[in-house]
Amino acid sequence: MDKILGTINGMDFTIGDSLLELSYLIAALLFVFGLKLLSHPATARRGNLWAASGMGLAMITTLLLHKNSSGGGIPMMNMWVIILFIGIGSALGWIIARKVKMTAMPQLVSLFNASGGAASMLVALLEYPNAIAGDTGSILVTVLGLVIGAIAFSGSVIAWGKLDGRVGDIMKPFMTYLNLFLLVLTIALSVYIIISPNPPTDLMWAIYILTLLSLIYGVMFVMPIGGADMPVVISLLNALTGIAAAMAGFIYGNQAMILGGILVGAAGMILTMLMCKAMNRSLLNVIIGSFGGSAAGAAGDGDKTVKEISLSDAAVLLSYSQKVYIVPGYGLAVAQAQHLCHELDTLLAAKGVEVKYAIHPVAGRMPGHMNVLLAEADVPYDKLVEMDEANNEMPNTDVVIVIGANDVVNPAAEDDPGSPIYGMPIIKVLDAKNVIVMKRSMAAGYAAIPNNLFYHPKNSMLFGDAKASLQKLVTEVKSL
Amino acid sequence: MEQALTLFFEYKEEIFIIALSIFLGIEVISHVPAVLHTPLMSGANAISGVIIIGGIILVGHADLTSFSVNLVLGILALIFGTLNVVGGFAITDRMLEMFKKKKK
Repeated sequence: MDKILGTINGMDFTIGDSLLELSYLIAALLFVFGLKLLSHPATARRGNLWAASGMGLAMITTLLLHKNSSGGGIPMMNMWVIILFIGIGSALGWIIARKVKMTAMPQLVSLFNASGGAASMLVALLEYPNAIAGDTGSILVTVLGLVIGAIAFSGSVIAWGKLDGRVGDIMKPFMTYLNLFLLVLTIALSVYIIISPNPPTDLMWAIYILTLLSLIYGVMFVMPIGGADMPVVISLLNALTGIAAAMAGFIYGNQAMILGGILVGAAGMILTMLMCKAMNRSLLNVIIGSFGGSAAGAAGDGDKTVKEISLSDAAVLLSYSQKVYIVPGYGLAVAQAQHLCHELDTLLAAKGVEVKYAIHPVAGRMPGHMNVLLAEADVPYDKLVEMDEANNEMPNTDVVIVIGANDVVNPAAEDDPGSPIYGMPIIKVLDAKNVIVMKRSMAAGYAAIPNNLFYHPKNSMLFGDAKASLQKLVTEVKSL
Repeated sequence: MEQALTLFFEYKEEIFIIALSIFLGIEVISHVPAVLHTPLMSGANAISGVIIIGGIILVGHADLTSFSVNLVLGILALIFGTLNVVGGFAITDRMLEMFKKKKK
């Protein structure tokens, strides 16, 4: 392994050095290949395993072959310490991933993303003193890795808190300016550190302040965002972690890290854009958070009447339908009613009713949330229909049941140019013959936008907790 | 200007990799169906755990004979990185296993 093969730029390189780089190439290819397979349902699981094996390979070869400079450099030390702590981390990660309830999935993804961001932040923080004064390039990537990693870390922790119901949405008008101020300050300090000719060891105070500033910015930037905007933020944070890892890859001149990180960054950005498109909003608009506010004034029309439907009528209506669509939303996840929902759909199917689910891309709190939720309840995924296709089928649908969704079915998005969600693609439930909305009360959704669907003659309301109502509905349908 | 050009030349290989990886990332996932949004995000999240390599290198060249804050932070980086990698891939697998079960 230590046999010297040749010399590049005055540095000897050995068989081990070459093998290490070769293993990084293979790892990088496995990442690409894995991600590719992950985007098709039939191959997704294999793709995940391929990517994981790439990671395993890169970890093992780094441990065995890495030297801190090429050729005659110092080989890895502390082998057993590293293995010990990797072991601890693996056991912890494995147990958490296996034991936590499936419904806590969004929280978990955020938590793991936070730990990736934290690792990037720490690596950059610890490598900074080793940078050479005036080496703008390496200081630039170190600072970027630090700032982006810190924002991804603290932002993901807040996102986790929100998904877990521990942190509320705090939105004050001054926060937009405060956040802007924090961002400008962070950028200014970063630039100062990057262009300063002083040796990094003299600038440690600035690096510590920068770390703190970035952490605070991460908290402040996620704090006001909530509800239907969560999927956007979560995929954005995911992209940031990837970019932070890539920056750290620069520090070590490690191509596998750069490629892996940027790949994740690009994929995360695409997903972010997809989520923004599903809401007809720009990314900037989501971050600055101008939802609600101005248009909320239109809420005060109290003279409209709402039609209620009794459980037995609902059961009859459903049982004698040809085709039923269920539109799930975050409320379904909160009520943990997905299993009952599936029970209802099997019951109806047994009576010859065709039941499908119409999934809006931003329903829930993370990209694809409803799909995971319903899959957990054993709903076959060919029953989950994407928005456009569901909209095409709406005119032939007898009954649509809306469970815990609000803004994604709000007709204001189509016919009220003054509404903040005007232009957002929605599931056009009013094209169907009948609509039943299951809802706790008449309160508006996350965006606090009044929903005229509730007052529409085609619609009837079934008030109550989604779980309790579904339970009763299932009993009623059974007894028919 | 000169400084930017110097920077570019010094890091030209890496910048090429970045430019190409961006396109690769976009191409690879551009037609992903909505069912897979969560697993894809979570799988990608696990890949961003490559930062673990940085953690390994960091601790691998640290001086263990004396206690320092840096050593603790380095070990933390190692643990966080592993958590991201192992937890991320494991949770993705569990999610996809769930999807698979349905197909029968």
